[in-house]
Amino acid sequence: MNFLSYLISGISLGSVYALIALGYTMVYGIAKMLNFAHGDVIMIGGFVMFTAVSSAGTSPLVAIVCGIIVCTVLGVVIEKVAYKPLRNATPLAVLITAIGVSYLLQNAALLIFGSAAQSFPVLIEVPDWEITEGLTVTGVTLVTICVTIVIMIALMLFMRYTKPGAAMQAVAEDRGAAQLMGVSVNSTISLTFAIGSALAAVASLLLCSAYPQISPYTGAMPGIKAFVAAVFGGIGSIPGAMIGGILLGVIENLSKAYISSQLSDAIVFGVLILVLLIKPTGILGRKMAEKV
Amino acid sequence: MAMLEIRDLEVNYGAINAIKKISFDVNEGEVIALIGANGAGKTTTLHTITGLHKARAGSVMFMGKDIIKLPPHKIVQMGMAHVPEGRRIFQQLSVYKNLTLGAFTRKDKKGVEESLARVYERFPRLEERKRQIAGTLSGGEQQMLAMGRALMSDPKIILMDEPSMGLSPLLVEEVFRIIRDIKAGGTTVLLVEQNAKKALEIADRAYVLETGRITLRGNAKELMNDDSVKKAYLGE
Repeated sequence: MNFLSYLISGISLGSVYALIALGYTMVYGIAKMLNFAHGDVIMIGGFVMFTAVSSAGTSPLVAIVCGIIVCTVLGVVIEKVAYKPLRNATPLAVLITAIGVSYLLQNAALLIFGSAAQSFPVLIEVPDWEITEGLTVTGVTLVTICVTIVIMIALMLFMRYTKPGAAMQAVAEDRGAAQLMGVSVNSTISLTFAIGSALAAVASLLLCSAYPQISPYTGAMPGIKAFVAAVFGGIGSIPGAMIGGILLGVIENLSKAYISSQLSDAIVFGVLILVLLIKPTGILGRKMAEKV
Repeated sequence: MAMLEIRDLEVNYGAINAIKKISFDVNEGEVIALIGANGAGKTTTLHTITGLHKARAGSVMFMGKDIIKLPPHKIVQMGMAHVPEGRRIFQQLSVYKNLTLGAFTRKDKKGVEESLARVYERFPRLEERKRQIAGTLSGGEQQMLAMGRALMSDPKIILMDEPSMGLSPLLVEEVFRIIRDIKAGGTTVLLVEQNAKKALEIADRAYVLETGRITLRGNAKELMNDDSVKKAYLGE
């Protein structure tokens, strides 16, 4: 039953990647930029929850809510201050700014919390589940998978059945035409950053609960992996980010288990290169329809 | 007072002075044609009116309010719809979703349903294909969708940019029939067309745009008999 347990923990890790990848892919699809500070928003969320519980002594629920609120506001503020003035700038300028914001957040955290990793408090207290003899799923894994499923369904429904969801799809496809429908591009982009950052906060809770440590670099590697997942699934596509994230987690975990734990990252990126060679737009990426 | 008053409008397109101090009026209930050759500045003029393009100088008054500094979504809210050149429907979304996006700024659910019913009545093909992805529609159907989408906002004025472009003669007839129909319903139309003959046939008044300047203006029927218009735009 070993394979199944590796698979399940892979799905759980992949769920976290998927939640982060959603932030990358939505921002890319709608604002047409790569927000490389996204991974560091995760780290900030982790520190907010850590501080709330360890220093302020709040309950886990209050800490989680604080984390989500701070990340959401942070995402919107980053967009307003750093990216909005560059709305018509070259993509390269925006990319460099995003990397700058990423370093700013990391160094701010270094200054406040120091560089040493600290242990993350237990915020999710769910008993382990023994499915059969020898196959036990930890409570955190269970919560991760369930929370991710709920969030994904909610996000799909939001995109399909609400006005702001329709506005996001319209802006993603044709910004000018969306404006002619009366859609405000600025508020749609703000909302996108808000949702992406809120999901990042949830991801940070799940990530720091599964690997109970936090440091200013906590967000960097998962951020990059999630970006890979978004490209893997087809950047700009929401279902693509979900599938890409989960596949990436599963591949990473299975290679760790059966091939080599040192090589697992190399294998993950190798698979990405292979997929992009065969299908450059990613698994679910669509070639934009040609303008007639 | 005219519904739409453009005064001394100047627009740059990159380094080029694309629109050079043009002024014109659109009165309520009129169909106004803006004709001219490729590159004369017709599309730029429409884009500037709806706020997609920023003006360098001049004013655009819509129902007594200067809208030149307003963002497009505010202008749309005031009752202006714009059917852009090349239709620009949302190719990846369903026909139905495209139409509901047309009513994005409206809060009156009942009114939106009535508008949808009227659009389906006017364009039965759109109702048949409401679940279809818009990118799979034919060119003619896409133009109908673009017009239907604009009507969904229940606009006071519709700006139409080359609605007959790339369509078969039969569909061109159909498009102009619909424009007449829209006018009969009391909506004002500002029409940009390369098909000057058709445009002048249905317009009340017309303006001729040449390299960013209005060179001729007047009653559409009179312009049709103007020698220079005949020569340059009607191929006679």
